[in-house]
Amino acid sequence: MAWSPDQPIVSIQNVYKSFGPVEVLKGVSFDVMKGEVICIIGPSGSGKSTLLRCINALVPIDRGSIMVEGQEVHDPDLDKLELRKKVGMVFQQYNLFPHKTALQNVMMAPIHVLKQDKAEVEARARRLIRKVRLEGKEDAYPGELSGGQQQRVAIARSLAMNPDIMLFDEVTAALDPETVKEVLVTIRELAEEGMTCLLVTHEMGFAREIADHIYFTDGGVIVEHGPPKTFFKEARDPRTREFLSQIL
Amino acid sequence: MFDLISDFFRTLYEETGWNFVIFYEEYEWSRFVDAIWVSLKLIAASLIFSVLVGVIGAWAQGSPMRWLRLVMAGYIQFFRNTPPYVQLLFFYFVVGNLTPKVDMGGYYEPLIDSFGWAVISLSFFAGAFNVEIFRAGIEAVPTATREAAESLGYTRLKAYLYIILPLAFRVSLPALNNNLVNLVKTTTQAYAIAVPEMLYTLNQVWSDNVNVEEMMIVLFIYYVGLVAILVWGMHRWEKAMRVPGYG
Repeated sequence: MAWSPDQPIVSIQNVYKSFGPVEVLKGVSFDVMKGEVICIIGPSGSGKSTLLRCINALVPIDRGSIMVEGQEVHDPDLDKLELRKKVGMVFQQYNLFPHKTALQNVMMAPIHVLKQDKAEVEARARRLIRKVRLEGKEDAYPGELSGGQQQRVAIARSLAMNPDIMLFDEVTAALDPETVKEVLVTIRELAEEGMTCLLVTHEMGFAREIADHIYFTDGGVIVEHGPPKTFFKEARDPRTREFLSQIL
Repeated sequence: MFDLISDFFRTLYEETGWNFVIFYEEYEWSRFVDAIWVSLKLIAASLIFSVLVGVIGAWAQGSPMRWLRLVMAGYIQFFRNTPPYVQLLFFYFVVGNLTPKVDMGGYYEPLIDSFGWAVISLSFFAGAFNVEIFRAGIEAVPTATREAAESLGYTRLKAYLYIILPLAFRVSLPALNNNLVNLVKTTTQAYAIAVPEMLYTLNQVWSDNVNVEEMMIVLFIYYVGLVAILVWGMHRWEKAMRVPGYG
C-alpha cells in the first residue's frame, strides 16, 4: 500500500509492550499527520520513552501496529535502514560519539550508512552546524562542549540524514535551565519549517506553545489528549489534573 | 657498524677475557644480525595477528549466533588455560604433521615452516587474551552510544568498526599494552621448535664459544630495549588517541 501525504505519517494502533512482568504500554493508539508537532507528557515510567523507541524500532513491540509512512515497523522483514533514514532520534543524554569532533559526528552517518559523497556531506554538515548556531565549534570534541551545545550537535547529526520525522526523547531533561532555551529554540525552528516532530517532554510551557496536539500518558495508556489550548484548561481526567497541578 | 665496534670488543676480549664474540667475529656477527631480523619479524607478525584475532574474536563474542559464541568461549578456554610452550610444540609437531608437504623438486618441505607455526601459535595464544581485553573495552561503551548508532542506521558490523571498536580500543590500550609486552617475551619460546630467533641463536653462540655470561647480558639488554621501545610506542599511541572527556 503506497503512502500518500494526506494519510497519517505515523499511525500507532493498539500497541502493547512488556519488559518481563512489567507491562509498559497497554494499548496505545494515535495518529500523527505530516508536519504536526506532537508532545507526549506524563509521569515517569508511564511508557513515553518506550513509545518513541518503538517508533524507530529500537524496541520491538509485543502486539499492535506502528506504521511509518505506510510501512509496518513491527515487521520482521522490515528494512531498518529505510526506517531510520525517515526517522531521526535525539536522546536525553545526547549520545554523541566522543571520539569524533562536532562536525565529524554530523558527517559520519551519511558517509558510512548512506555512502554519500564526502564533500557534499561536509557542506551540508557545516550548514547544519550553522543552523543550530554552533559556528566555530566544528572541530570541538563533545567533551569540550556544554550539554546544550552537545544536544544541538545531536540534533544536527539526526538532521544530516534528512529525516521526515524527528523524535525527541526528553532532550532537555539533562540540561541546566539556561541551556534548555537554546535547544528549544532549535526545535521550534524545525517545527516552524514543517518538520514532523514527536516530543516526550516535561517542558509544559514549551509544549503548550509548540504542540499541535498533546497526549497525556499514565500507566501505559493515553489518558487524555487534545490541542494545547483546551488540554491545559479543560483537562477532565483526575489523573491529568493531578499531574498538571504538580507540574505547572 | 661491525667495523666500528669490532676492534673495541676484540681488545676487550684480549685484555679482560670478556668474550662478546658476536661483536668482533664476522660470522658470529652475521648470525646475531640474522637473529635480530628473525626475532623482529616474529614479534611484529605475532603482535599484528594477535591484535587481529582479538578484534575479530571480540566481535564474534557479541554475535547473536550462539554457536559462534560457543566456539569463541572454547577457543579462549583452550589457549588461556594451557602453557604457550605446550601450544608451540602441539602446533609444530602435531598440527604440523597433519598439514601437507610441498614438492620442492626432489625433496619435500612442510607447507608451513617452524617460523610460520610460531607465528600462528603465538598469535592464537596472545589473541585469546586480546579477545578478553577488547571485550572489557566494548562493555565500557555505553548502551546509549550503541542505540544512537543504531538509530542513525548503522548495522551491527558498521557500528562496531566505526564507533564501538575505536572507543573500546582507547579503554583497552593499557591492558593490551601489558599483554603485548608479555607476547614479546614469549616469542623466545619459539626456541623450542628451532626458530632461529635471538634466544635460539645466542644459545648456539654460547655453545660454540662457552661464553654464557656475556650472551646472557646481551639477551637481557636486547629484550629490555625491545620492550622499552614497544611501551614507549604504545604510550605515544595512547596519548595520540586521547580525546577530551573520554577515558
